[in-house]
Amino acid sequence: MNLAIDCQGLVKRFGTYTAVQGVSFQLPAGAIMGFVGPNGAGKTTLIRMLCGVLVPTEGRATVLGYDVLTQPEEIKQRIGYMSQKFSLYDDLTVRENLDFYAGVYSLHGKMAQEQKTRVIERIGLVERTSQLVSSLSGGWKQRVALACALLHSPQLLILDEPTAGVDPVSRRIFLDLIHQLAKEGMTILVSTHYMDEAATCDYLGFVFYGYLIAFGSPDEMKEKEAKENLDDLFIYYVENEAADDPRNLALKKGGRG
Amino acid sequence: MGRFSWVRFLAVLRKEFLHIRRDRASLIMAIAMPIGMLLLFGYAVNTDVDHLSTVVWDQSQTADSREFITSIRNTQYLDPDAFVQGYLQIEGYLDSGKARVAVIIPPDFGKELQRDNGQADVQILVDGSDPTIARAAMSAVQMLGLNKSLEVQGVRLAAKGATAGTNMPLNIETRVWYNPDMKSMVFNIPALIGLILQNVIAMLTSFSIVREKERGTMEQVVVTPIRSLELLLGKLLPFVFIGFVSLTLILATGIFWFGVMPAGSIPLLVLLSTIFLFTILAIGLLISSIARTQLQAMQMTFILILPSILLSGFIFPRETMPIFLKILGGLFPLTYFLEIVRGIFLKGVGMEYLWQDTLILCGFAIILVGIAAKKFKKNLD
Repeated sequence: MNLAIDCQGLVKRFGTYTAVQGVSFQLPAGAIMGFVGPNGAGKTTLIRMLCGVLVPTEGRATVLGYDVLTQPEEIKQRIGYMSQKFSLYDDLTVRENLDFYAGVYSLHGKMAQEQKTRVIERIGLVERTSQLVSSLSGGWKQRVALACALLHSPQLLILDEPTAGVDPVSRRIFLDLIHQLAKEGMTILVSTHYMDEAATCDYLGFVFYGYLIAFGSPDEMKEKEAKENLDDLFIYYVENEAADDPRNLALKKGGRG
Repeated sequence: MGRFSWVRFLAVLRKEFLHIRRDRASLIMAIAMPIGMLLLFGYAVNTDVDHLSTVVWDQSQTADSREFITSIRNTQYLDPDAFVQGYLQIEGYLDSGKARVAVIIPPDFGKELQRDNGQADVQILVDGSDPTIARAAMSAVQMLGLNKSLEVQGVRLAAKGATAGTNMPLNIETRVWYNPDMKSMVFNIPALIGLILQNVIAMLTSFSIVREKERGTMEQVVVTPIRSLELLLGKLLPFVFIGFVSLTLILATGIFWFGVMPAGSIPLLVLLSTIFLFTILAIGLLISSIARTQLQAMQMTFILILPSILLSGFIFPRETMPIFLKILGGLFPLTYFLEIVRGIFLKGVGMEYLWQDTLILCGFAIILVGIAAKKFKKNLD
């Protein structure tokens, strides 16, 4: 099987704090994988290691067949990344942002032109190209960010909570786009808080306290713990894995009262 | 790993110029600030003391006293425009600050001057609150008194027929070099090149990088294959360009507006300014690697600017500073650049005298750029 991501015992420590404690999983190419887990569970740290931005303290990982430790540049050239916080240039127009990212991915001349046109049409930005990004709404900004991440036709698209704070309609459009891209053969790794998004993934990973406590397809996971839906499963994991977590205490208290 | 890519570098460069064009504050800072500061400093930081308002109480009212008052005016240092009667009024003038100097000519002034071997007294009151003004006023009137005395003495001796006595036994000839009119503007304007470049470029550079951190745009850039060198050069080059624009503006204003012509070679000045510019870019880069917000960057830039104005020799001569402050001042690249720029502008000297300062400046440039680039790369990883 052709693996897009293969990580073995990834650990990341910041000083004495361990953000990611030994994560291993294998993601086949062309699949959509969702990372779910509470805030601060280590999803973003894990994602940043896979992007070749953070150096893992222990363990090893290959992304698209390249080692994150020794070949981060090869990885960066082949992945598209979108962060949870909007991070394009507000004072530039949509086209200028695209121009910049095309250049940064070493696209130039006719090739750059073609890719930009393709992405602009694909994401539906034709009428927005000369607009300043600061004047766009949240949903549109996310689409521009996605456009920038797709310019260089990445094999793997990594999305860190891409739909946080986006209205439901824009979220729907966004998700449809992601699924289309997956159908065309792109591997997608997405972290999310929305269970309806998670349910549509081919694979799910529950990240909690820096551990990947469960990995598998949504149906497999529900079956394994005999839960009706992912919400229940999620709460079950939190209750089981960390009895002393403040969130857990609050949950129990709420349940009793 | 990976070679320097012109495509990536140019993408950054183009984007930076777009930012600068869109950001009115930067544009104003880059163009209006140098000119504004130059005009401000050129006119306000003027330590030349002249035309001090002077109040006169002429009790003599003779041709001699009036001639004396005229010669006071002719010194250019004092403007005897107010005439009063009595100490009470004089006190009022000095207290209110309407006059800095008071000249009191006693009733027997004319008589004593005319009398053989007579001695006329003149009292001068000086407002000593500002020592610089007081010193200038005092030396002006003392010089005037001495000249006047010699003149009268000569007339008296000639009247007695002693022609031999009219020659002065000692004649001191003074020539002031480099700045013969002793205008502080001539001293300050070249130094302003250094100060303005330092302030504008350090601030703009640190802003441009901190802004990316503050807005989170850096987060997206680090996941792209861009190398830190491409990003660094792409971000800094626009400011080298702005630095040259500022330099040209300052030079042009200095030469054409204030009439301060450089005595030395302008190409040398530009070359050495470039080295200085690199140290400043590196300082801006260092600030940006520590600061998290633009406000912090601004505060840090001010921490640099204030002591550099006081300690670099921009206003106060370094020779008279206590050794500790002198060493502290030696930590600012501006200190050495001031030596260079004043040397070229005022004295017209070349590398034969400036090589030491140039070498130190190069040292600063290499060390600072090295540290800054390393920190920048580390922050990116």
